[in-house]
Amino acid sequence: MLKKYIEKAQIIILAASSMITTITIFLIVIFLFTYGFEFFSNSAVEKGFDIAVHSSNPVSKLSPTQVQQIFDQEIISWNAVGGSNDSLEILHMEDLAIHYTEEQIGLEFENMGTCISDYLSNHPNAITIIPKTNIDSSFHGKIIQVSNLQLKDIFTTSKWFPTSKPVALFGILPMILGTLLVSFGAIILALPLGIATAIYMAEIMKPSWRKFIKPTIELLAGIPSVVFGFFGLVVIVPIIKDVFQLEVGETALAGSVILAIMALPTIITITEDALKNVPNAVREASLSLGASKWQTILHVVIPFAKNGIITATVLGIGRAIGETMAVLMVTGNSAIIPHSFLQPVRTIPATIAAELGEVSFGGTHFQALFALGCILFLFSMSINLYVNYISRPKHKI
Amino acid sequence: MKKIILFFVLAINLLQAQGIKIKGSDTVLALSQEEAEAYNKKSKANVSVTGGGTGVGLAALVDGTTDIAAASRKIKLEEKMKLQEAGKKFKEVVIARDALSVIVHPSNKVSQLTREQLEGIFTGKITNWKEVGGEDLKIVVYSRETSSGTYEFFKEIVLLRKNFSSSVLALPATGAIVQSVSQTKGAIGYIGIAYLEKTIKPIKVSFNQGKTYVEPSVKTAKAGTYPILRPLYYYYLAKDESKVKPFIDFILSAQGQALAVQGGYISAK
Repeated sequence: MLKKYIEKAQIIILAASSMITTITIFLIVIFLFTYGFEFFSNSAVEKGFDIAVHSSNPVSKLSPTQVQQIFDQEIISWNAVGGSNDSLEILHMEDLAIHYTEEQIGLEFENMGTCISDYLSNHPNAITIIPKTNIDSSFHGKIIQVSNLQLKDIFTTSKWFPTSKPVALFGILPMILGTLLVSFGAIILALPLGIATAIYMAEIMKPSWRKFIKPTIELLAGIPSVVFGFFGLVVIVPIIKDVFQLEVGETALAGSVILAIMALPTIITITEDALKNVPNAVREASLSLGASKWQTILHVVIPFAKNGIITATVLGIGRAIGETMAVLMVTGNSAIIPHSFLQPVRTIPATIAAELGEVSFGGTHFQALFALGCILFLFSMSINLYVNYISRPKHKI
Repeated sequence: MKKIILFFVLAINLLQAQGIKIKGSDTVLALSQEEAEAYNKKSKANVSVTGGGTGVGLAALVDGTTDIAAASRKIKLEEKMKLQEAGKKFKEVVIARDALSVIVHPSNKVSQLTREQLEGIFTGKITNWKEVGGEDLKIVVYSRETSSGTYEFFKEIVLLRKNFSSSVLALPATGAIVQSVSQTKGAIGYIGIAYLEKTIKPIKVSFNQGKTYVEPSVKTAKAGTYPILRPLYYYYLAKDESKVKPFIDFILSAQGQALAVQGGYISAK
């Protein structure tokens, strides 16, 4: 009687564990996408601030890129954005203290609106930033409309200036391309090498050697990724610089090499286990039918172990895409669109790792990083789905 | 038996409560650690220090997850406004000063640059060393990440708030910049003078269009002739003042300042 209840309890506990795991995964995904999508409802201008000009200025709309170019002094005259032929004057908020005393501005910045209005009326060609809370009846300037962050802006801008004032630019394209480049490079290096090593270890290597080499490779999987990053920075980067005669060794190739080294132990161990699990009866049957050792390996053992090899591939690729610390140290992290493997790149995990600490919870930059996380998640998931698709059991006659 | 366990649990909790948490700038990290060690020994206290960058420390101060935010730049206007909106009054104290040195590879012929040339190099307008009197070699620019106070300070003082070029290589720590500049011939970067070593070469800087060039050193920084000088700050909430004051007083005392000078920083006064 008691035994029946214990069994029922065990089943309930197992069911509950699997439910909790599934629900947790769903919650994480929902959390990720909520913040990611919120990103697109933001204005490009820093939260709580607006761009202001003199009330007689003909310009009334600007794109985020134009505002960034103005404040970086890449555009120096109003006619480049549809205004008069006068040259632009920029007033940074911190410089307000140069033109007005602390009492005029107010200790809690109450009179900033009045001071900025005053400045604008004296400098008709000026452009400035003003906090939204200071726009009251005493403000006589004109607020410029800056377009909101749109999906197409994010994917077509190639500049990533998330902390730039007053307008932050969130061009994601360089990071996506960087991630793709580094990950695919790592997969191309690691997969053939890993599977070949596993085949050698499982089928051909002397058993006495195997006893020594297998634990060594498994040890490699336990090395922390920061150590790999340091190794990459000190050893791999100078080697790449010398071999390819580049100015700088921090490149996508360095990232791929390090990721390949990190993914190798995973791929080798799992593939080798899968191959070892092929029953000897299958091998013996093939050999007894007259096949050579190589034919047996290629046409019998590997297809039999296909599922294990696919698992190893997926895990190895997952490691390659998501690895953060090592890549952060060796790829140079410059947000430019890469044209070859021998250029510095910035990957999505490295961007999130480097910037998430300093963002304020819920701000535009915070949401931009979550949007990047969503893209990374979609990327990983599509690779997993594709690998599962090509390994589905095919119809047998 | 239970009473003993309860006593220990309470004692540990009390000790934890006494602990002062410092978070923020990596530049100030080395200094904070030295001071914390000396202070912990002296007053049996529990000061813990973490890095992450000035931006991280100030964000933690706004979120309430640290007692002191260590910063290698002044608090920004929007960070001040965020604290104001949350109703939190904060206090600022200068605990030491630090000079920023521009560094290049030791084999680089160039040994002095004006602020305008530095701005051109770091914003990507000047791309070859021959444009500033060196060899025909592409300039490789290294910088810190955007969360770094060093990054923000350099951007404000040397680049006059313009953005860095997109093609600069962003490294996560000063140590990584030292490593990379020392092994790349055409490299240029910026670090605190406390991190200067033989494997890299500091550059003399002129902020008056080339009339005088000053080299980065503790002497020139103290004398006020080296222009890229910044105060290092501790920010804390006014309500935590009684908790953190003893530690801050220690840092500003003769013993604390001597430790700072020993570490390669410049005294606060």
